[in-house]
Amino acid sequence: MKLKIALLSAVLASTWATSSLAAARDYISIVGSSTVYPFATVVAETFGKSTSFKTPKIESTGSGGGLKLFCTGVGVEHPDITNASRRIKSSEVKKCASNGVNDIVEVKVGYDGIVMASSKEAVPMALTRKDIFLALAKKVPGPDGKLIDNPHNTWKDVNSSLPAVKIRVLGPPPTSGTRDAFAELAMEGGAKKFTDLKKLRKSKDAAEIKALMAKMDIPESAFNKKGKKVFKAVAHAIREDGAYVEAGENDNLIVQKLVANKDSVGIFGYSFLEENSDKVRGNTIDGVAPEFELIAEGKYPVSRSLYFYVKKAHIGTVPGVKEYLVEFTSEKAIGTEGYLADKGLIPMQDAERAAYQADAKSLKNFDASVLK
Amino acid sequence: MSNKQDRKSVAAAVEKGLARRKAKEKRFQRAGLAAVITALMMLAVLLISIVSTGMPAFTQTALKLDFHYDESLLPAGQTLNEETIRAMDFHGLVKKTLREKFPQVKKRKDKKALYKMVSNGTPYILRDMLMEDHALLGQIKSIWVLADDEVDSIFKGSKTIADSRLTEAQYGWVTQLVAEERVMTRFNWTFFQNGDSREPEQSGIRGAIMGSLFVIIVTLALSFPMGVAAAIYLEEFARPGRLNDLIEININNLAAVPSIVFGLLGLAVYINFMGMPRSAPLVAGLVLTLMTLPTIIIASRAALKSVPPSIREAALGMGASKMQMVFHHVLPLAMPGMLTGSIIGMAQALGETAPLLMIGMIAFIVDIPQGLLDPATVLPVQIYLWADVPEAAFRERTAAAIMVLLAFLVVMNLLAVWLRKKFEKRW
Repeated sequence: MKLKIALLSAVLASTWATSSLAAARDYISIVGSSTVYPFATVVAETFGKSTSFKTPKIESTGSGGGLKLFCTGVGVEHPDITNASRRIKSSEVKKCASNGVNDIVEVKVGYDGIVMASSKEAVPMALTRKDIFLALAKKVPGPDGKLIDNPHNTWKDVNSSLPAVKIRVLGPPPTSGTRDAFAELAMEGGAKKFTDLKKLRKSKDAAEIKALMAKMDIPESAFNKKGKKVFKAVAHAIREDGAYVEAGENDNLIVQKLVANKDSVGIFGYSFLEENSDKVRGNTIDGVAPEFELIAEGKYPVSRSLYFYVKKAHIGTVPGVKEYLVEFTSEKAIGTEGYLADKGLIPMQDAERAAYQADAKSLKNFDASVLK
Repeated sequence: MSNKQDRKSVAAAVEKGLARRKAKEKRFQRAGLAAVITALMMLAVLLISIVSTGMPAFTQTALKLDFHYDESLLPAGQTLNEETIRAMDFHGLVKKTLREKFPQVKKRKDKKALYKMVSNGTPYILRDMLMEDHALLGQIKSIWVLADDEVDSIFKGSKTIADSRLTEAQYGWVTQLVAEERVMTRFNWTFFQNGDSREPEQSGIRGAIMGSLFVIIVTLALSFPMGVAAAIYLEEFARPGRLNDLIEININNLAAVPSIVFGLLGLAVYINFMGMPRSAPLVAGLVLTLMTLPTIIIASRAALKSVPPSIREAALGMGASKMQMVFHHVLPLAMPGMLTGSIIGMAQALGETAPLLMIGMIAFIVDIPQGLLDPATVLPVQIYLWADVPEAAFRERTAAAIMVLLAFLVVMNLLAVWLRKKFEKRW
């Protein structure tokens, strides 16, 4: 028993002592997007093996969660780098600044395409963003221009050139960055094809917005903050009648379900398409196939940029931050023939890549005024 | 007479009812048996699918290549030391070796495909070998190196050639190596020696096992003595009353709180307030202590209750103090029950992921944790992470990690059963 008491007190004592121990950290701490995670981990591993620094620790917290942690302050208890599958928002820049995180370096890594894939045994579909919006939106413009509950059951209902197959799309839940990007790029892109919705998106005049809302039969309650978000509310709302199935964040699961049911369509990142190219095939969107070169050239419409942000105050405090930056932006990582390309990352065009490489090299401060 | 008739009619009624009651009992028995069979079948399906997916991960394909540690790797005028070895181009050495092995490969694209045959960790293995043995420089050494995961999958039959992403040319090179007896499939020690990796063939669960071990040590060291002490106090010393009832109700409620809540508590108290590092086994252990404490207290109290009062009375009658009575007589008899409860609590903690999500354990960690403050991950979290990466070869590793975790859990539960059987006393 005496031994146990001694053990207990020893553990308790060490518990209290940790706050001082946390003051020294000899590894890089990285948080952020689960989309960038598969790429950042490869860089981290290579970095750990090829240099004498420790391998960085990478937490997969999601873009928003990562930026929140990143912006909580300067000091070794806060992360050094955050990955993001979207650009930092001006509200986040402000939050960072209010916690003393002023100097950050933005690095764009490359692109990730979001694909609408189906089993290899299914009939390939040539989709447009308009088709996607019509198939998946909660409300779509009806014959008289008013928004009605989505009546489409099969892809043929949406577009007569598509097969008469029941609409069943497996995609990520609203908490996912992939879903955000999909809504923004595919759904908004499709909604814009309707004149009234396009006007609604552009309009800044409250009266005009209200008139459009009345015309389209959108409830008044959707109007808030000068009507800025009405278009987004319409375009981002995905139907909840079973045609869109939230398949969780696990993209491997979606691939398995696509193989099991060849009539369904799955939404996931390009790297999963590439890894599973033996089982699934990406459908073309607006006539462009989700292929490496086409996404890199910016021709594929549903692709997004991947970033990471570095806290400048930690360079020199935490060993290896600068060297990690060098490794990540090196040609052998993000170059067109780099090892990240092998993992499914779509590299930037030469000029853009060179610009970001130069900025990373000179540790150029991120200028928040470029944000909208 | 009427009595006799009555008896007859009663017997007839019983007779009539008996058949119905027997049929009812049969139906109930059948329903019970069906439930057991269904449960067993589900378990069997689960285990078979896990084992059949996971088994290939325990073997690994290696290729034998002759590496020439050429003196030209070392720039003239320099001596061998850690720094100069780090600066050497081992990637180039691997590529050169492969090119010399397959001189027929000429095109740039084919060469790239050729380099992808071996694991991309090979250069670092060559480097580490040279670091250990400087005499290697200038020698030609035959080394078994790991094959890339695509080659590996073909060999283990987890992918057919049609499914594989291997090109025909690559397949031809593999066949050539097989003909030269330069390919073998061996037990996958790497899986138990390495930490996490993004390359399936180099990934392992050592880091996760060590993380789990540290977490369980902290949890056990804290929750067992605390839980037992709390149980002894509540059962033997505390005076019954309102306060005691309140504490008891709260402990029972705490045992039913979803584990994620403990994670949030841990994040708020240990990390944000006390400033402990994220992803550390210490924090995870503290959080899981909170989670397992109620289980241990409840089990320990039940064990104490089962010790017959006569033993207490006899000890007190012999002049023992209350504390002597508890520690000399009651506790030794209750210990097996307490241990069983604790082991089951530990098994629960070992399989827990939800509270660890909140404290930064969902992380990519390559280095094996060496202490309570090093960043670490645990087995169930490693499974969760692997289930979510694109490479197909991780699917079998996920299943293999599940098998390892299940093995640990089965061992712990068997230990609990054994302890109970061995030390249990019946009165």
